[in-house]
Amino acid sequence: MTALPLILTVFVACAVEAVEALTIVLAAGLTREWRSTFQGMAAALVVLAAIVAVLGPTITLLPLTALRLVVGALLAIFGLQWLRKAILRATGYKALHDEASAYLREVAAAKEAAVSSRRGVTDWYAFTLSFKGVLLEGLEVVFIVITFGANQHNMGAAVLGAAAAIVVVAVTGILVRAPLSRVPENAMKFAVGVMLTSFGIFWGAEGAGVTWPGNDAALLVLVPVVALVSLGYTALLRRTAITGGD
Amino acid sequence: MKRLKSIGAFWYDFVVGDDWRVAVVVVAALALTALLVHAAGVNAWWLLPLCVFAALGWSLRRATRT
Repeated sequence: MTALPLILTVFVACAVEAVEALTIVLAAGLTREWRSTFQGMAAALVVLAAIVAVLGPTITLLPLTALRLVVGALLAIFGLQWLRKAILRATGYKALHDEASAYLREVAAAKEAAVSSRRGVTDWYAFTLSFKGVLLEGLEVVFIVITFGANQHNMGAAVLGAAAAIVVVAVTGILVRAPLSRVPENAMKFAVGVMLTSFGIFWGAEGAGVTWPGNDAALLVLVPVVALVSLGYTALLRRTAITGGD
Repeated sequence: MKRLKSIGAFWYDFVVGDDWRVAVVVVAALALTALLVHAAGVNAWWLLPLCVFAALGWSLRRATRT
């Protein structure tokens, strides 16, 4: 497999998470204080980089079969979570993630919190809000970077995809200075869910001892099939929602 | 102890998410695939995709009914 699907999958997954992290960072920075917000963001990025630096090389030491079995299972479970959520949101069974209202909620909470200095940080609330937001959203990206990078023995390409997404979202956020509510988050989550589930199925089954018909080319069939089945479920649920029956 | 519990809850939610049955189906399907390949000599590449699609459908059905 070439590096392009790897970079694109990590890029889209990371962009979705970066948009959510940006909302929290903007809420902390614009309503509280930028210096503490940047300190929190930087601290979280250091922790995330350390996790990749430690886990990345360690996980590649595992035998390939065991690695594919474990990572495949985790990716399939993780990908199905994303797909399930995206389908439920697309069909109206779950509220769409709205960056604008998420931003307003964070701003309201940030305005009410008292200012206190700790450990050289001027505004501890802004620091922790930004740190937690970036760390929690970043963990999903780290998981994808490590699993995809380790399985393809191309950690550099995975990190490149993630870094490119962070830069694109951060630059856009700086220019707009508002939550990126027009980003089609759910469609992106759906696409990432399809990719994670497909790769999870492919690697998991390989790890269990299966030989795929056509070897790596099986992915070219698996990805569209997973997408079609998911779109089929979406259409079915939309129809059920309209008719009110099942 | 409380902190350990919350760390455990975080990782459970992070990996398994809203529906633990999906995780169980994926793990069981992988175990069955390995069994078919190594014990029965069947190249069961079709089993995991079928189970994954069924698990997704089942989970969506449960979520939309509750």
